[in-house]
Amino acid sequence: MSDINSNIPEGELTSKWTKYKSSVPLVNPSNKRTIEVIIVGSGLAGASAAATLAEMGYKVKCFCFQDSPRRAHSIAAQGGINAAKNYQNDGDSTYRLFYDTIKGGDYRAREANVHRLAEVSANIIDQCVAQGVPLAREYGGLLDNRSFGGTQVQRTFYAAGQTGQQLLLGAYSALERQIGMGKVEMYTRHEMLEVVKIDGKARGIIARNLITGEIERHFGHAVVLGTGGYGNVFYLSTNAMGSNVTAAWKAHKQGAYFANPCYTQIHPTCIPVSGDHQSKLTLMSESLRNDGRIWVPKKKDDNRKASDIPEDERDYYLERRYPAFGNLVPRDVASRAAKERCDAGYGVGASKLAVYLDFKANTERYGKIEASKAGNHNPDKETCMRLGTAVIKEKYGNLFDMYAQITGENPYETPMRIYPAVHYTMGGLWVDYNLMTSVPGLYCTGEANFSDHGANRLGASALMQGLADGYFVLPYTIGSYLSKEISVKAIPTDHPAFAEAEERAVGILNTLINIKGTKSVDHFHKRLGHIMWEKCGMARNEKGLNEAIQEIRALRAEFWSDVRVPGTADELNTELEKAGRVADFIELGELMCIDALNRNESCGGHFREEYQTEEGEALRDDENYAYVAAWEFKEGVNFELHKEELKFENIKVAQRSYK
Amino acid sequence: MSTGNMNLTLKVWRQKNNNAKGALVDYKLADISPDMSFLEMFDVLNEQLINKGDEPVVFDHDCREGICGMCSMFINGRPHGPKDLVTTCQLHMRSFKDGDTIVVEPWRAAAFPVVKDLTVDRSAFDRVIAAGGFISVNTGNAQDANNLPIPKMQADAAFEAAACIGCGACVATCKNASAMLFVSAKISQLALLPQGQPERYRRVQSMVAQMDAEGFGNCTNTGACEAECPKGISLENIARMNRDFASAKFISEETV
Repeated sequence: MSDINSNIPEGELTSKWTKYKSSVPLVNPSNKRTIEVIIVGSGLAGASAAATLAEMGYKVKCFCFQDSPRRAHSIAAQGGINAAKNYQNDGDSTYRLFYDTIKGGDYRAREANVHRLAEVSANIIDQCVAQGVPLAREYGGLLDNRSFGGTQVQRTFYAAGQTGQQLLLGAYSALERQIGMGKVEMYTRHEMLEVVKIDGKARGIIARNLITGEIERHFGHAVVLGTGGYGNVFYLSTNAMGSNVTAAWKAHKQGAYFANPCYTQIHPTCIPVSGDHQSKLTLMSESLRNDGRIWVPKKKDDNRKASDIPEDERDYYLERRYPAFGNLVPRDVASRAAKERCDAGYGVGASKLAVYLDFKANTERYGKIEASKAGNHNPDKETCMRLGTAVIKEKYGNLFDMYAQITGENPYETPMRIYPAVHYTMGGLWVDYNLMTSVPGLYCTGEANFSDHGANRLGASALMQGLADGYFVLPYTIGSYLSKEISVKAIPTDHPAFAEAEERAVGILNTLINIKGTKSVDHFHKRLGHIMWEKCGMARNEKGLNEAIQEIRALRAEFWSDVRVPGTADELNTELEKAGRVADFIELGELMCIDALNRNESCGGHFREEYQTEEGEALRDDENYAYVAAWEFKEGVNFELHKEELKFENIKVAQRSYK
Repeated sequence: MSTGNMNLTLKVWRQKNNNAKGALVDYKLADISPDMSFLEMFDVLNEQLINKGDEPVVFDHDCREGICGMCSMFINGRPHGPKDLVTTCQLHMRSFKDGDTIVVEPWRAAAFPVVKDLTVDRSAFDRVIAAGGFISVNTGNAQDANNLPIPKMQADAAFEAAACIGCGACVATCKNASAMLFVSAKISQLALLPQGQPERYRRVQSMVAQMDAEGFGNCTNTGACEAECPKGISLENIARMNRDFASAKFISEETV
């Protein structure tokens, strides 16, 4: 059934990567010095790759749209990073991490990639600690772990609620070291607007200097996109305001297939929307589900305060429905369960679109332990709560502060109100085992590619994948391509292909400026987000998706005739930047709906209402849909489907059960 | 549920580019909700400006979760506004009153030139880090992470210094535009960890030299940086940096 080749090496699953590494062609040091690699994006996947390739001797150029590579949105990841270290002696292993990830992804990820990810996971922790990343430790001086959803072992490493920040600053410091040594040229406040292809291979990019508006041409023997996910297609998401799909989408339009665009992760624990002015949503880390119990009142439309609702009138619906995993079911399961309760009329708060995340029981439990450590074996409730609050504060202090600041409520006293929000996109540019897209010489790493998470990503796996790709996978795999490019001299940027690509980019900028319509970019972005959330969000159906496709096409036409972009293209113009990004989101939105409509099954984050079990769980169709949907862009915003069959040779495919 | 009842007067710094002369411009805003963040209030202002055919105010922002360090407004004379331990993006309008006049300026420091309106150039910080804010370890050579036990207290202290988000509020609030809190936080993080020891004295000398070269001022122990830091980075870090810097002159065989 496959009509595309994923280039997975032959042999046993457990030895594929080792054999590959030992047999991959190498580039000798003197050749590396003349080979140039362009890396777009400076988050975990981009910065780690840029630093590592420069250490290896390649000439690297790295681009980011922020004012510093340290600001990439990887920085906002809170909870942790998984690694199969088995430091807790709880039976963890490479195989278990592999198995949990495949199962968590609802059997829609590629076995060979996921096993490689599990294999290198332990190296990531070693590397980060060597860089001085201050991961949490126990009193004995060894690294601490915690649990995350979808697993029954403790394999998550963390740095309070700022794990992403600390890991990114580690990669950033490695990158700055190479910049200081002159081995990486860093281009901040630059946005990639086009991929340049020569004789079918990626040979450079067109970038816009966001301060001066100048259009620049940059050559590279290879181009790597580590440009993050596309959650902002929904307007409201936990992504940063600037997170966008433009680099990936331009690559898509130049021939890179876009895989599984409909797989989006709706994170169960986010702060609910407070009004129409809302510009973004804030996540409350999944790690909170270690100590928070999720509940709603048993009575519909119960308007009492949380503290006035007695224990036996509370419905701890996750513990009730999924006794084996309880509050630690995977994200897609937890999100749908919250939506189900709210839709049925049990939601809480003013909007009724929220459920409680309650720390009281575990605060009291921790307090009892602390009191007993101090010799008090019969503490009163007040003592327990006081001592337990200190424990909770140490574990999650920054998250509780953030919640209080945003909502104006004190989460130490009343339960948090939470609701699912768009958080991560499992889909992305299709890549083969080498992380190369369907355009030779064009690579894609981290959240921007589709490869490791299937239809649902487990918590603490995004940081793992971004750093695995950048530190330990791409630096090897890119060598197999570059070893054949050593005789290629740097191509001058007056080559016609650069001029053509620049013309395309400038054409779009000028068109946007000259429409001089009546509505702001945000106006269109919000309308797109509304369509996507209502019809391609947590639950989807055929009728809604067909409507959404028509609505998005109409919105696209309206955008290109009525958007208003003030100012000019030769200056710092944030509206122009946003306009280009929203134009690409509109096209992507249509493809997401097309993909969701094509996939007549429910799996992971993709839930089609027509396909569910009697208990309302996702119902896969392995016979017809055990494939990666890789879409090719065709003239005039049309898409052609290619299929990569997923073969499960090492794991028995089963219905996911967390009961 | 969104519109509120706050009416505000904003005085916002507008400056076309680094070469142009800037000025405070008055704007009136009505029906602001106390649940809005400060930057969402600016979104409302910009939407109004665009609808009128004017150019929106340019300001830096990205994550809007208080962690990326990109937002950078000087609000009523304080970086990140009136609340302690909060970035501009996490400041909410409930911290202001109906009828307030709010003055919003960019960070002001010679080493942070204004790019446009409220946006400044903080690339000097990156160059200070590139001068030595790292441990020289290439990818792929690390030993098992648990082979190097680090006492919890020490790891926690390093973590506290590492919490710096590089926003530059410390520079903006300092009467000398000193970057010592920022620079010392990175130096401390690495000086507190065993992994950071081999380059400890070389690092402090290179980073301080780069800090001076960028045109940041000196420290006169006023403590405004600590008071305004949204992440609570402690002045102790500056003391540690000064100690290491002085020691480096005696102990280190390498001078930079």
